[in-house]
Amino acid sequence: MKWTLLGLLAVVALIASVVIGPAAVPLAELAHSDIVWNLRAPRALLAFLVGGSLGVAGAGLQALVRNPLADPFLLGLSGGAGLGAVLAIALHVSGPWALPIAAFAGALAALGLVYRLGLIGGAALDPRILLLGGVAIGAFAAAITTAIVSLADAAELRNAFLWLWGGLSGASWDTVLVVALYAPIPLAVLLAAARPLDLLALGEESAGYLGADVEAVKRRVYLAASLLTAAAVAVSGVIGFVGLVVPHIARLTWGHRHRALLPAAFLGGGVLLTFADTLARTVVAPRELPVGVVTALIGVPVFAFLLRRWTIA
Amino acid sequence: MIEPLLRLQDVRYRYPSAGQDALTDVSLSIGLGEFHAVLGPNGSGKTTLVRIALGAITPLVGRADIDGRSASSWPRQDLARLVGVVPQREDNLFPQRVRETVLLGRYPHLSLWGRERPEDHAAVDRALAACDARHLGDRWVWTLSGGEYQRVRVARALAQEPKLLVLDEPGISLDLKHEMELFELVRGLVEQEGLGVLMITHDLNLAARFADSLLLLGGGRPIASGAPAEVLTHQTVETVFSWPVTMQTIDGRPQMIPLRKPKEFGA
Repeated sequence: MKWTLLGLLAVVALIASVVIGPAAVPLAELAHSDIVWNLRAPRALLAFLVGGSLGVAGAGLQALVRNPLADPFLLGLSGGAGLGAVLAIALHVSGPWALPIAAFAGALAALGLVYRLGLIGGAALDPRILLLGGVAIGAFAAAITTAIVSLADAAELRNAFLWLWGGLSGASWDTVLVVALYAPIPLAVLLAAARPLDLLALGEESAGYLGADVEAVKRRVYLAASLLTAAAVAVSGVIGFVGLVVPHIARLTWGHRHRALLPAAFLGGGVLLTFADTLARTVVAPRELPVGVVTALIGVPVFAFLLRRWTIA
Repeated sequence: MIEPLLRLQDVRYRYPSAGQDALTDVSLSIGLGEFHAVLGPNGSGKTTLVRIALGAITPLVGRADIDGRSASSWPRQDLARLVGVVPQREDNLFPQRVRETVLLGRYPHLSLWGRERPEDHAAVDRALAACDARHLGDRWVWTLSGGEYQRVRVARALAQEPKLLVLDEPGISLDLKHEMELFELVRGLVEQEGLGVLMITHDLNLAARFADSLLLLGGGRPIASGAPAEVLTHQTVETVFSWPVTMQTIDGRPQMIPLRKPKEFGA
């Protein structure tokens, strides 16, 4: 029942995103409209894939760092990606893939640094240090980013700033294809780790005694969730709160077993971001809001509500 | 000769950068249907012994074998089908129901993508029944009393269908009735299911009455091992625990009663 409902929501979100837009396309012409076929359809699919990836990455990371309030971007990736993208803008690197590649490289660099910090105490990955290291690396990258932006001229500044808040206007069938080929690998790794993640909720010691290979699971989950987030940020900038709020809402309905939770978080994240993007490109048409603004405007109140629930329970 | 489930042979261990051995020349052998208790004051090496026995750390000297194979070389999932552990502490990050948490004990028997099978649910039922916890199945774990919670954790270890059960101070923070019930439960599992049991405990008297064999550690060294009457004597207990005691006998087992400290003792 709840799966059917979520599936229906996903279909509605995708259809709405294709039908609704600033340019009025008559229903009869939907199927062979250029706007629909080359702009709205790939954008809707990309929003769904990115939102779903962020939802799953968030659910996995929350279990890994043992903190239900963790967001995939807390681990420093957004800072690294932002720095990469802003560097590319400042250096006038051109080409359709310049920004995504620069952002992806920045995110990977941050991932590597944070991962290295996480191993600082020895061979075992320490999730608490991952979290703190992520915040520190993110802040460091953000400082450099701000320094570069403050030296840039006005037009560049606007581009960089908009990029940092996330947007899906760069969507094309190419980006959809790249993400659709890339995302299933880390998604499968996370899904394969679903049961060990259930065990990890009891603590690392207990998880090991119940048969989980704890160190391997932690590494796999961290890397897979980070690679998902890095890809998401590369094609759509920093879209906050999807990875934080969606796993929470999914847990309220699907419980804590990751075999159900992760697929639910994927569909839920897809639905949320597809709706948010539809809003972002229509409410102030013909201009566009960064979709990160919309997810934050929806996400923060939901988050505050959840926080209250969490502290009461 | 049948391999014992667990065998420690002249094990020695020193933590990196520690000044002295945490464990020296300790040997222990546990077979099916045997209940062994390890006793000793704080810092006597009990926890190190368990970590070595479970392969979490490798002894510097000597061997630790489980079912004839070096403990630290076991893949965790294979080991979890043979050894169930009730650790001293654990967290619950997310709220869970009793059945769910016991079902986690089936993890070592499940394939990567497969669902829980009917035999997994049957094993959970058996484990809950064995621990007299069937009626708790739908309760949230956080609503359980201390005694109920320990029974549920034992049930989860039993759901693994192990041959060896390891319990690390399971009676701590339990009241008299619940602690007795827990020891009766463990004793019953040894006698009816033929499990081997390794229990770390501070309770000398209960260990003496329920266990087949005791190992008394002091400062990382084995002070005495064997039948309770041989291990717990006036002399060994006073030496190891640095406190005056008097010994009595109940059901043929030694029982220790601590005395008020006279001024001259230990001077």
